Amino acid sequence: MSTAFEHPTYNYKVVRQFAIMTVVWGIVGMFVGVWIAAQLVWPELNFGLPWTSFGRLRPLHTNAVIFAFGGSALFATSYYVVQRTCQTRLFSDSLANFTFWGWQAVIVLAAITLPLGLTSSKEYAELEWPIDILIAVVWVSYAVVFLGTIKQRKTSHIYVANWFYAAFILTVAVLHIVNSAAVPVSLTKSYSAYAGAIDAMAQWWYGHNAVGFFLTAGFLGMMYYFVPKQAERPVYSYRLSIVHFWALITTYMWAGSHHLHYTALPDWTQSVGMIMSLILLAPSWGGMINGMMTLSGAWHKLRHDPILRFLVVSLSFYGMSTFEGPMMSIKTVNALSHYTDWTIGHVHAGALGWVAMISIGSIYHLIPRVFNKGQMFSTNLINVHFWLATVGTVLYIASMWVNGILQGLMWRAVNIDGTLMYSFVEALEASHPGFFVRWLGGCFWVVGMLIMAYNVTMTVKSPAAQNAVAQTA
Amino acid sequence: MTEAMSGFWSAWISIITLGVVGGCWWLLFANRKTDKAADANGEVQTTGHAADGIEEYDNPLPRWWFLMFVGTIIFAIFYLILYPGLGNWKGLLGWTSTGQWEEEVAYAEEYYAPIFQDFAKIEIPTLAKDPEAMKVGQRIFQNNCSVCHGSAGKGAYGFPNLTDTDWLYGGDPEAIKYSIINGRNGQMPAWESVLGEEGIKNLTQYVLSLSDQQHDTTQAAAGQPLFTAMCVACHGADAKGMHALGAPNLTDNVWLYKQPQQSLAESIEYTLRYGRNGHMPAQQQYIGEDKVHILAAYVYSLSQK
Repeated sequence: MSTAFEHPTYNYKVVRQFAIMTVVWGIVGMFVGVWIAAQLVWPELNFGLPWTSFGRLRPLHTNAVIFAFGGSALFATSYYVVQRTCQTRLFSDSLANFTFWGWQAVIVLAAITLPLGLTSSKEYAELEWPIDILIAVVWVSYAVVFLGTIKQRKTSHIYVANWFYAAFILTVAVLHIVNSAAVPVSLTKSYSAYAGAIDAMAQWWYGHNAVGFFLTAGFLGMMYYFVPKQAERPVYSYRLSIVHFWALITTYMWAGSHHLHYTALPDWTQSVGMIMSLILLAPSWGGMINGMMTLSGAWHKLRHDPILRFLVVSLSFYGMSTFEGPMMSIKTVNALSHYTDWTIGHVHAGALGWVAMISIGSIYHLIPRVFNKGQMFSTNLINVHFWLATVGTVLYIASMWVNGILQGLMWRAVNIDGTLMYSFVEALEASHPGFFVRWLGGCFWVVGMLIMAYNVTMTVKSPAAQNAVAQTA
Repeated sequence: MTEAMSGFWSAWISIITLGVVGGCWWLLFANRKTDKAADANGEVQTTGHAADGIEEYDNPLPRWWFLMFVGTIIFAIFYLILYPGLGNWKGLLGWTSTGQWEEEVAYAEEYYAPIFQDFAKIEIPTLAKDPEAMKVGQRIFQNNCSVCHGSAGKGAYGFPNLTDTDWLYGGDPEAIKYSIINGRNGQMPAWESVLGEEGIKNLTQYVLSLSDQQHDTTQAAAGQPLFTAMCVACHGADAKGMHALGAPNLTDNVWLYKQPQQSLAESIEYTLRYGRNGHMPAQQQYIGEDKVHILAAYVYSLSQK
């Protein structure tokens, strides 16, 4: 990695490291995703081996895309944004360096233990207790670096992007530590500290806030810096930022129980989860509006700037999936959608359309700046990546909507004698074409990421810009 | 049904829930600003501070967004009045998820039960010849039995094939019906400590000889006395099994526990060494007697072709 250029004030080294690993882990995580999507179309691709079976690779996929790809993007952008908006260097270079290597160690350990079948069996929190402890240590270090940097800022105000990043970092620490509490029985096996319905509630309190804080608040922080920066326009409404920030972080905390509708969870808990999810619609859309309206007066830039396209389309998908989410949390809708591919489609509308697209747009913005290059090697290739990602996302979501509603309706269809009209296998068989289209959408995404890797490599290798230091000062 | 919680916890939940809902309302109204101070170019004022060159306008909250937010809060309050949500408050509608399920089950009982009561009056062999009844029976089979016995009823490792004439507990209509209603528990004891290594090898060869499989005649001859001493009590002197105990016929070359990659001898050795436990779950409380009647007719029909 190029170390020729060092910024006089800011620590860009750790930003460069995390930015490059965002691309690397993006390719790895999405490749595993495409592989398991292919297994659903062609089951032989599990090769009859335990290590490559769907059940073990699926958590590897989710951990790789959420925590390795998404996590690296959040580390890279938060370290970049907090320094530039506070006009000060990171609180501690060595601690920041530790967060990089510590986080990479967590990812590598996950990639080893999950295929071996070592799991706590909690969704998105599968890693066993020794790795959980390492995560907690790295995460607390991250909080110290980030909040320490804000503390020593040279500006009077704390910029809105940093509110979101700070909320994400603090909350994820609490969520991870509480939900991962377990009684170890050996180095590789532990049992949850909670039991029964309480364990399920703790898990989905964690699980939904992993979405709410890791995959939403953190990326809204990203949005609040990179959208106005790339559009070169002021943020639409400071007032809206305040209202939607506080409403978002307050109500998200309550929404988790909508994952447990019609289960052993008490009715009151389910109801509270549902109403808070509905109230969450407006705070979520507040972020979308603030990003979209920031472009007013600058819409023409979309014609020439594929980076801005990534950022704006990500906001559209964010708006769409945060409308879909509250609708799916309504008990009667959930009765149809729960346990079907609709849920998978909803998650990917957010994960591909929102999280991945905003990250990719931000990384394209950031790479030339932290590597002291004038611009990305090829704007055309960014554009190709943009279209691959957009078409891929649409194929993915549309196929899962069709499959989800199809499955939900087939499962509940009854004959005139009250017997179920379809067996489970028949619904599975009917899902096959949708599985194929979903796999195709995933392939579009992986190809796009490979193009990004090429573009980033060529940019890093290109000669340094003459005036870039002045530009980025 | 969930048990009522103490008054303290009920109040705790209610206060925090209403506090958050009310807090959203306060946040919204406290930050409402309708006057839009636009300048000559139609631009509103910025807040005056910039972060890395990013300025912020002080636009008011969009009206439609504000109303949508208020709307969801009002919906939430009405929902909490009508449905359980605030601690022990049961809601004016008296709705519970258990109650909803019970209602649906009661409706189904009332609506569909007469159909099956009519079928239950017909003898199983007659029903088995009625194509319309067999469609109904097949659906019940697909929904409840095919997971283990396969969608064609041909069974799998550990799950009996229902389409042949080899029956563990008998294949007459009443025996089939009894198996479904009450379930079955098959027990083959483990003989490893009794037979020893030599005994297991010899007895395996003898069992192979019973259905004319390839076997070692010397070892089989040595195994025969062991069979007479230990196996005939259940499998019978002729080794044709016993329906009362679910002991399988060993002479017909039908094997319940042979894995695809295993040789027959390996499978038999394993059975002798460690024993087997077969479990057919009782379906009375899940499917009900009237439906089991038509289901038994369907299963009976599978082996009558």
